[in-house]
Amino acid sequence: MIKRQGSGTGMFVRMLMRAALVQPGRAASALMAVVVAATVATAMMTLYMDVQAKLRKEFRNYGANIVVVAPEGKPLPADALTNVERVLGGKGIAVPFAYAVARTKEGAPIVVAGTDFERVRKLNSWWAVSSAEYQVPGSGNKPVEALVGVKALQAVGGGSFKLDFDGREQQFATSGMLRTGAAEDSRVYLDLGEFEKWTGVHASSIEIGASGSTAEIDATLRSLSSSLPGSEVRAVRQIVEGEARVLGKTRAALLAAIAIIIVTAILCVLATLTTWVLDRRRDFAIMKALGASEKLINGFFAAEAALLGAAGAVAGFAIGIGVATWIGHANFHAAVQPRWSVFPAVLAGSVAVALLSAVLPISMLRRVQPATILRGE
Amino acid sequence: MFIRVVYESFRRQRRRKLLAGVAIALGVSVATAMIAVATDIGDKINRELRTYGANLVVTPDADTLDVEIGGVNLKPAGDGAFLKEADLPNIKGMFWRHNIVGFAPMLPVNVTVDGKQVALVGTYFNKDFKYGNDAYQTGVQTVYPYWKVNGAWPKDASNEVLIGEKLAAETNRKTGDTLVVGGRELRVTGILSSGGAEDLQIIAPLAVAQQILGRAGAVKRVYVSALTKPEDELARRNPDSMKSNPELWDRWYCSPYVNSIAYQLQEAIPHSHAEQIRQVAQNEGTVLEKIRGLMLLVTLAALLASALAVSAAMATAIFERRREVGLMKALGAGNLSVASIFFAEAALLALIGGAIGYLAGNLMAQQIGQWVFQSRIAIQPVLFPIVIGLAMFVTFAGSAASIRKAMRFDPVMVLRGDA
Repeated sequence: MIKRQGSGTGMFVRMLMRAALVQPGRAASALMAVVVAATVATAMMTLYMDVQAKLRKEFRNYGANIVVVAPEGKPLPADALTNVERVLGGKGIAVPFAYAVARTKEGAPIVVAGTDFERVRKLNSWWAVSSAEYQVPGSGNKPVEALVGVKALQAVGGGSFKLDFDGREQQFATSGMLRTGAAEDSRVYLDLGEFEKWTGVHASSIEIGASGSTAEIDATLRSLSSSLPGSEVRAVRQIVEGEARVLGKTRAALLAAIAIIIVTAILCVLATLTTWVLDRRRDFAIMKALGASEKLINGFFAAEAALLGAAGAVAGFAIGIGVATWIGHANFHAAVQPRWSVFPAVLAGSVAVALLSAVLPISMLRRVQPATILRGE
Repeated sequence: MFIRVVYESFRRQRRRKLLAGVAIALGVSVATAMIAVATDIGDKINRELRTYGANLVVTPDADTLDVEIGGVNLKPAGDGAFLKEADLPNIKGMFWRHNIVGFAPMLPVNVTVDGKQVALVGTYFNKDFKYGNDAYQTGVQTVYPYWKVNGAWPKDASNEVLIGEKLAAETNRKTGDTLVVGGRELRVTGILSSGGAEDLQIIAPLAVAQQILGRAGAVKRVYVSALTKPEDELARRNPDSMKSNPELWDRWYCSPYVNSIAYQLQEAIPHSHAEQIRQVAQNEGTVLEKIRGLMLLVTLAALLASALAVSAAMATAIFERRREVGLMKALGAGNLSVASIFFAEAALLALIGGAIGYLAGNLMAQQIGQWVFQSRIAIQPVLFPIVIGLAMFVTFAGSAASIRKAMRFDPVMVLRGDA
């Protein structure tokens, strides 16, 4: 009894292997269908999970999504920037701004702003500065270098110019011309340290480009509010809403595309495997004629399908990761993280589809007499 | 004879033909839907990107320096040059008028409310316009979709205003209250929340601001929201340097680059200077390109997958019929006539399956458009021949290897069932 059981298993395995070896072409085309479907499913799901983070990075180019403003007429506390950076924890960039109204030598009022140029350059990548190189206005040496807005340039005359703040005159040298198409065009930007030394006015607002999901940004917003009592912390609706909208639509479009692609892939696997099993109705009939039990035959075809599904899933997963990585490189110039969480889904899906496509034809054939099939009718 | 063989093959092997046809139709429908979505997504996302607000601003040519910090203007109003409101309808007469989603004029005036100096901005909320035979509405409701109004939007020809939420809190006003500004009674219809400088302002119909300022028909700035094409090499060139080269100039002028639209705005509104708002305009291109690239690559993957599926289906379909090939050859048919029968069948399948698939794909694309963007997805009719051609090619390619293999078998072996 034990011996027969053993040889039965051996026979079972041998038959499984023979199926692949006798007609390698047929088995290969069935396997390929599963591999293609698994590849597509893996690549699409990996991309879908990763694309949000990738796109969010692009959206950060729109600049600050959170603004901290001091109460009217008062500067921010001296440790405000350190506090903000602590809350951000490296996930974003904070830029301080200080403003004052100075007068040109004709007596016309002009807004002068102090900021940190290294930071502002990272946050506001759309700032167009005309000098070939983004010259960071230096500090210490006289005259103070200034980045002058395109409209302000007409007012101050460019080159080297003088501004007056509360009777304190200061000599400036134009280091570059700034063009943004917005309020910045009519301002003169200085290094914050120089600005404070000249005017004695301290930073009154901090613009923050915080990265992360909507929930993460909401959390940042809340902890900023609690760590900066007295100051107003608000989300920039224009940026937050625009991003949410475009991102949502993109994700939905991608989801629809992915759903269609995966459903088609599954249908193709179903069709290919069903034909494959139907084609082997002679095997089925011979087994039955030789006295194999229904359970054994079902088990045999099921095992075969499961094996095919599993093998296809493993190969497809590997290729799919490759495809997703390639798409990530081609489009975002950044690697897509392989998502291992996708694997169980792909494996289970492949095996389930393969099983389904084996069970359907077998249940159809069960009612047919082996003799009919073997006679070729 | 040839036609009869093909016809009988379809009549007798209905199940097999159906299976192959369904595979082709499926592949083609996915290809059609994906290509349609991928080609149209740029347009759709471009429209969604308008949520960011205006990407162009028109100012008077001889504008004076703004003295503005955090949306508060520190300069006496009435200073400097103005644009004429009467010139604004010209915007819809420009070459790229269909790319103008909307525009909103602005006229800021400093006023006193409860002894506190605040900015009142005159604008269009949703004003009716006529240019030629085109009737359209435009105003801040179109240009700034992210403005949220708690209450109702005011009417353009009225004394109704919106009040920014911070100003409302400071002055203790709510919807339905009246404000007395410059001896005029203005009714608050809603509280505006924009997350920007407007939260501290009063937004009024343009005519009200003009009356307060005492300058009829004056406009300080016009914000324009336009659908633009991402910048490329040509767009970054200096327009003045291109004027000597008419062909290049025409190409620049007739492309909806943000700079060429700015140029045309300057032509449409006399004595004006149009400038792109770089924060919005410059980033559109990158975001758009990334999303379009993504969909294109996904489409490529989908095309590849459906091509493989179709060719696999064809390969199996033909492999199954090697007995037929054996029989034909045993009866004396040459390789050429056998191959032509199979190819004719494949072509017929591709044509029928492709046509059904194209229709199904169209439906699918429309469903996606409705579901995601709440609008139709434009389908180019040129897609039909392309898709049918692709289906033919893939079907032939899938069949070719199997046909060759089937013909190489010895008829005797095949008929005995040994091959």
